[in-house]
Amino acid sequence: MDAKPAPFDRLAAIVAGETVPPEIHSEVKAEEAILQVEGFNLWYGEKQALFDIGMPIPRGKVTALIGPSGCGKSTLLRSVNRMNDLIDTVRISGNMRIAGDEIYGKAVDVIELRRRMGMVFQKSNPFPMSIRENVVYALRINGERNRAVLDEVCEKALRGAALWDEVKDRLDESALGMSGGQQQRLCIARAIAAEPEMLLMDEPCSALDPIATSRVEELILELRGDYTVLIVTHNMQQASRVSDYTAFMYLGQVVEYGPTARLFTNPRLKETEDYITGRFG
Amino acid sequence: MLARGEPVVWLTGSGLVIGLLMVTVLVGYVFYQGLITFWPRPVVALTTPDGRTHLGEVTRTDTFIPPPDLIPGLTGALRERAEAQTAREEGALGRRLLRTGNFELTGEHFRWVEDYLIAEGGESRPEWALVFERTTWGRFYGFPTALVLGGEVVAEDPSRIWEMFQDHHGGDHPAGAVLRVRTASGEEKELDLTEIVRAYPANRLGFLDKVRVYASRWNEFLTAEPREANSEGGVFPAIFGTVVMTLAMTILVVPFGVMAALYLREYAKQGWLTSVVRISINNLAGVPSIVFGVFGLGFFCYIVGGGIDQVFFSDKLPSPTFGTGGIMWASLTLALLTLPVVIVATEEALAAVPTSMREGSFACGATRWQTIRRVVLPRALPGVMTGAILAMARGAGEVAPLMLVGAVKLAPDLPLDLEWPFMHPERSFMHLGFHIYDLGFQSQNSEAAKPMVFTTTLLLMGIVLFLNAAAIRLRSGLTRKYTGSKF
Repeated sequence: MDAKPAPFDRLAAIVAGETVPPEIHSEVKAEEAILQVEGFNLWYGEKQALFDIGMPIPRGKVTALIGPSGCGKSTLLRSVNRMNDLIDTVRISGNMRIAGDEIYGKAVDVIELRRRMGMVFQKSNPFPMSIRENVVYALRINGERNRAVLDEVCEKALRGAALWDEVKDRLDESALGMSGGQQQRLCIARAIAAEPEMLLMDEPCSALDPIATSRVEELILELRGDYTVLIVTHNMQQASRVSDYTAFMYLGQVVEYGPTARLFTNPRLKETEDYITGRFG
Repeated sequence: MLARGEPVVWLTGSGLVIGLLMVTVLVGYVFYQGLITFWPRPVVALTTPDGRTHLGEVTRTDTFIPPPDLIPGLTGALRERAEAQTAREEGALGRRLLRTGNFELTGEHFRWVEDYLIAEGGESRPEWALVFERTTWGRFYGFPTALVLGGEVVAEDPSRIWEMFQDHHGGDHPAGAVLRVRTASGEEKELDLTEIVRAYPANRLGFLDKVRVYASRWNEFLTAEPREANSEGGVFPAIFGTVVMTLAMTILVVPFGVMAALYLREYAKQGWLTSVVRISINNLAGVPSIVFGVFGLGFFCYIVGGGIDQVFFSDKLPSPTFGTGGIMWASLTLALLTLPVVIVATEEALAAVPTSMREGSFACGATRWQTIRRVVLPRALPGVMTGAILAMARGAGEVAPLMLVGAVKLAPDLPLDLEWPFMHPERSFMHLGFHIYDLGFQSQNSEAAKPMVFTTTLLLMGIVLFLNAAAIRLRSGLTRKYTGSKF
């Protein structure tokens, strides 16, 4: 087990265009998966961005995707709720299943699918409306009119996002007047308001200052258990702080995927160790 | 030096200065002329050597080069004065344009009086020279001799007449109330009190009295209907027509433009076809407005309006109801004219909505239309308002197409009134822009109409400014609401 393959073998092979089977730790396989990715490929026009991705995402845990820029982490994340459909040139093959339901089946209603997941983006993107309306947006567009229901959801989501005490007195003010950190937590509140099965986070802290970042990280830790979180991050310390499992990706392929503690302290692959210790990437 | 960019600063700065200067001069001139028009001027009496006295207001002073045989043909004191003046003025003679009024007696409204004709003491400002503004025949200048109520002379002294006139003017006089006046050349005239709109002793007015006359004239200008082939009286129908037409146009053009821009930006697959459409729309903005007028006349008035007449108003044919120029067709024509402005502005506003916002909405499970309606449009609304403001400014100032599709010289019947069915989209209307053209270039009495050109221009600028200010206020409110502050 400690016999590590020769350094840079895999990375060199990936660079050369070969498909390398990922090193997936048995702990991951032992968990109950909410999301199953199977043989997933994705092309932007002629350029292939994801190669034969196969990985289970454990239910109720925080899974981080790390890797150098352009490695396909965000693309993979955006494939989960089919945000890539918005780009005309994208083609895919392979499959993903959330709680057993196909994501890329022919009969799948994309709108319905997206309602089952919440998404938080790199740059906070509150809508041009009041704080309250931002939080209950997903319910509103689903046709929920009952004021009592909306108020309850709003409070619950804002409490869940650790924002309630800061904004409870100005729920009807524009969300665009909040600070950057508050805006990002509002986006998290919006993402969890409809009680999604999964929370997708695309570098949620990269535009925030350290204090706001630590608040969002605390929040992610609090959400663990209730929600399955799939988070893309550039920040290795962040991955080690908030995630249960980590997948290291390189040029559209998963290189190593295992428990965060193992991956960061004793990775199986030399390549992973080199990346984590900052020797490349 | 070039590297530091100072010449560029000067160059760009001077561009701005020249632009500002031109605007300031133009607006300043219009302001000045427009504001002094209604200020009451003194009345002068000028006695010429033929013994006639001309009474009136000086509206213009001027110099002219006399024809070569004029001065040699003069004699005595006349020649002396003329020669003295030509020596002073480098060969030119001065003259004054006197508004003499009394058209029914003299056959003229204005008269040039050369300065050399006036002897020492030949010019005076008679105390009791009265200025009358009348419902017909233009102004009258004269001296009161008697006030006759019910056939009985009740006053003969000027100050007593003036006092009693003020008491009785505007009142009800079934028995008849007549003011006897004598002109400067000695002719007698009886003026019925009901035909006098306004009268004042121009040379006896104190400052406050002048202000009162000034205010009363502005009041009439803004609220009354025109008189005397539009050269006197008010422009209320034109104000009303302009505002209604502009608002109707805005209401028509904004939804159309927004819909077109939404399809072009949000739904259409971007490619060469959308590029061609965009270029075409931009080119449409460069088509001369008169072409839109011709199109409006041919399509809206004759084809659409004619069709409506055939179907709904066939009993009134051959006189057209909708089949001729009207405020609805004018609004539609201008809506077409301003459509490119709205489309371009809206498209830019839509393009400026961050992709992250749309993605956020899609990620919440919103459909494309829900995203547009709840997120994209509110965010783009200030930009859409900008388009509407630009369209309004363009539409309010447009005249040429209106001449073809419904703006007329005189239309006292307003397009909105209290008469069933309250809205009369088929009615032709008055428009301030067209009014300016009509006063300035089509008026019989162009000297009298000219000052009104300035006041009307001033008014039109004021209205456009007001409409724009209202829209900008609305927009800044929306901007605060929907875009907020950045972190």
